[in-house]
Amino acid sequence: MNAFLTPQITTYRDMAQAKYPFCPGCGHGLILDKLNAALVKLQLDPRQVVIVTDIGCSGLSDQYFSTNAFHGLHGRSVTYATGLKLANPELKVIVIMGDGGCGIGGHHLLNAARRNVGVTVVVCNNFNYGMTGGEHSVTTPHGAKTSSTRGGNLERPMDICASVAVNGASFVARTTAFDNDLPDLLARAIAHEGFSLLDIWELCTAYFVPNNDFSKSALLGTLESLHLPTGILQTTDYPEYSRAYRQTYQGAGEQGSGGAEELGSRGAREQGSRGAEGHAGTSAPLPLRTSASLPTLYPHRLTAPLRLVIAGAAGQKIKSTASLLGVGAVLSGLWVTQRDDYPVTIMSGHSVAEVILSPEEIFYTGIPKPDAMLLLALEGLRVVQRQLAALTAQDTLYVHTALLPIETTARVVPLDFAKAGGIDRRSVAAAAIAAFLRHTNVYPLEALQEAIRRTQRPQIAAQNLAAIEASASL
Amino acid sequence: MREFIDGAEAIARGALAAGCNFFAGYPITPATPILLHMLRELPKVGGVGIQAEDEIASLGFCIGAAMAGAKVMTATSGPGISLYSENIGLGIMGEVPLVIVDCQRLGPATGGATTVGQGDVQFIRWSTSGGFPIIALCPTNVLECYSLTVRAFNLAERFRCPVFLVTDKEVVSTLTSVNLDDYQAEPVVERRLAPATGDFVPYRVERLDDVPPMSPFGGPHLVRFTTSTHDERGFLTKDPAKVDRLNRHLAEKIEAHRDEIELVRLDPQAGAKTLVVSYGITARSMQEAVALARQRGQKVSALTVYSLWPVPERALRQAMAGMGRVVVAELNLGQYRLEIERLAGLLDGPRPEVVGVHRVDGELIAPQEILERVGDG
Repeated sequence: MNAFLTPQITTYRDMAQAKYPFCPGCGHGLILDKLNAALVKLQLDPRQVVIVTDIGCSGLSDQYFSTNAFHGLHGRSVTYATGLKLANPELKVIVIMGDGGCGIGGHHLLNAARRNVGVTVVVCNNFNYGMTGGEHSVTTPHGAKTSSTRGGNLERPMDICASVAVNGASFVARTTAFDNDLPDLLARAIAHEGFSLLDIWELCTAYFVPNNDFSKSALLGTLESLHLPTGILQTTDYPEYSRAYRQTYQGAGEQGSGGAEELGSRGAREQGSRGAEGHAGTSAPLPLRTSASLPTLYPHRLTAPLRLVIAGAAGQKIKSTASLLGVGAVLSGLWVTQRDDYPVTIMSGHSVAEVILSPEEIFYTGIPKPDAMLLLALEGLRVVQRQLAALTAQDTLYVHTALLPIETTARVVPLDFAKAGGIDRRSVAAAAIAAFLRHTNVYPLEALQEAIRRTQRPQIAAQNLAAIEASASL
Repeated sequence: MREFIDGAEAIARGALAAGCNFFAGYPITPATPILLHMLRELPKVGGVGIQAEDEIASLGFCIGAAMAGAKVMTATSGPGISLYSENIGLGIMGEVPLVIVDCQRLGPATGGATTVGQGDVQFIRWSTSGGFPIIALCPTNVLECYSLTVRAFNLAERFRCPVFLVTDKEVVSTLTSVNLDDYQAEPVVERRLAPATGDFVPYRVERLDDVPPMSPFGGPHLVRFTTSTHDERGFLTKDPAKVDRLNRHLAEKIEAHRDEIELVRLDPQAGAKTLVVSYGITARSMQEAVALARQRGQKVSALTVYSLWPVPERALRQAMAGMGRVVVAELNLGQYRLEIERLAGLLDGPRPEVVGVHRVDGELIAPQEILERVGDG
């Protein structure tokens, strides 16, 4: 910012809230004063700065600054900061959280580091939960006494810096609240494009100090005994996430925005000088975009709904072939629904599609009793036993000859794929559906062929069209 | 012209039509297709779509983005709503316009990942601490997935609160033929922003039921947003008058405007003494059951509830008045029936008997099952 054109900002503290609420000797005030000094050094537009706070005593901090403020839930501050930055990469987003937040929100911390999203995390690390009564946190040193570790802490402390550094944080520093260079360090972290974290050790005079006879020198001694270095521990400059997203996914270069477009609300009422009292405006929704609109090209011969169950195995393309049957039906002026059932491990086990073809709109999409079934594999046969048992003499069962004999009252049409030749596992469903259409004349085979040509890649379409030819002898 | 698509795609299209430009989600069956549609489509319109590290972060990202000016949506299933819980509270307290799609599956915990259920109906209403209202819409088919998604965004802007689109495995994943001409959407409600000049007080309302205008982070004003009980400037407060006013405002801005939210479809028949009430995928079985009953010469009326929360009390009470029996069909053990029973108890004159048709075995309720309860009424 040009100091000759714009008046120098001398403080980012909100002077209406002059006095901090912290206990005498608490490190939080020291850190906030130094954060203020860093902001003064950077001369950022306060409207472009968001201080995001977590829960705990440090969570009160945002109220003492004349910047934007976002006070969120415990441990989740980094997620709000990420959302702010993703929506508006121009924002300078500063998270203030305690060691408690690093525990409950550790997962978000690691992922923000890994993502290199451009937010600055200031950790006010005083080794315990000051707000709730001095319980131990993830950074409480081994052996330390807290209200929840009366006999000494049995857990080893989390190294916050090492944790985010090993996960790719692009600026990592550790220091203490007493550090005279802290304003400069904070300014560097805030100016850094990618994810930055400062682990700032400090005193909780209400709990940790009296419980452990702790002091500034004991704090420095703890750093030394744990062999934890201070200062800047890691810096890299790989791309910041919100800008990388715009470059990679939005082709931001073409928009000439330098990859930092903010997300205004489309149709959001101009935040102009005229009053926005009264009702919000409205605008027409975007026109519907569809890539696969289907004209009615063929006739159909249905006068009542036909409920079909296709039961096969993973790898037989049951689901995609059933949807070809559906597209063909739409091309023939029919209504269609298709429900699929398969295990979560999609490449093994059964695959069942339930298709209803109807001259009128379909409401109930279940098929407790099918009018026809296509049985193509043992895996499918096992899961459709109830529907199989529901078939009557008026219904038809199309069966892969390998599954015969099958006990049923329905009319059985065997499908001898081996004898037909040229039909492999991946096209057996297409051949079976073609046989079904030939047999029933629900709609012309040409409609199925058209569905294949319209929706499938040429190579797959060729396989399916060949299988349909081969199915003529089934 | 027609097409063959599922509800997930219609929801994504509805979101884009409504101006959604930010989506964060975490993969979960059966909501994943919505995540994938949005990740694919949003960058094409200059928006941002991201897969977060978990559901907590998904909603956290959305809330941050919304307050920076974006129109946001997320989608999950019941177990994900469990993890959204605390941030749903934040959405209510901070007054965040937010659309949350719940693709319900069966049972508690992991339950049946690929199995239909409607067991989240009371859960989404009471999904966070404190007990404050949310809005929930419930489509029954692909076209309504589109139109009610647009409406959900509009209500989120109008009321600055989380709005749920309550769907299920069947509605989002069943491929269905639809006419392109039949897609309907209401005009998109723009975000109401504060004037760029003058004092901006983020939570100032004249009347309790007013909704304060917004100013995005990074906009012309300094903005304070908070999860904690706050005064109109967004500072923490314990002043009983201010605390009371905030909490009543959060309820009143929705409760006092039920008329703007209530949405049902009544299919009445003159002389009917039986009313069937249903919602979501089960309402489709109801439609078929009612058609069958009328073919048989039985007189029956039907009501589809589209705005599950707040309960469309006026429409329901009107439809229930004079009925001898109300049949409630749903894929749970009677969650919405509780609301119908409560309303039946408030009717003047004779109160109808309320009976339920319920399934929790992963199968849809068949029209025949509803017909049986209509038949003996």
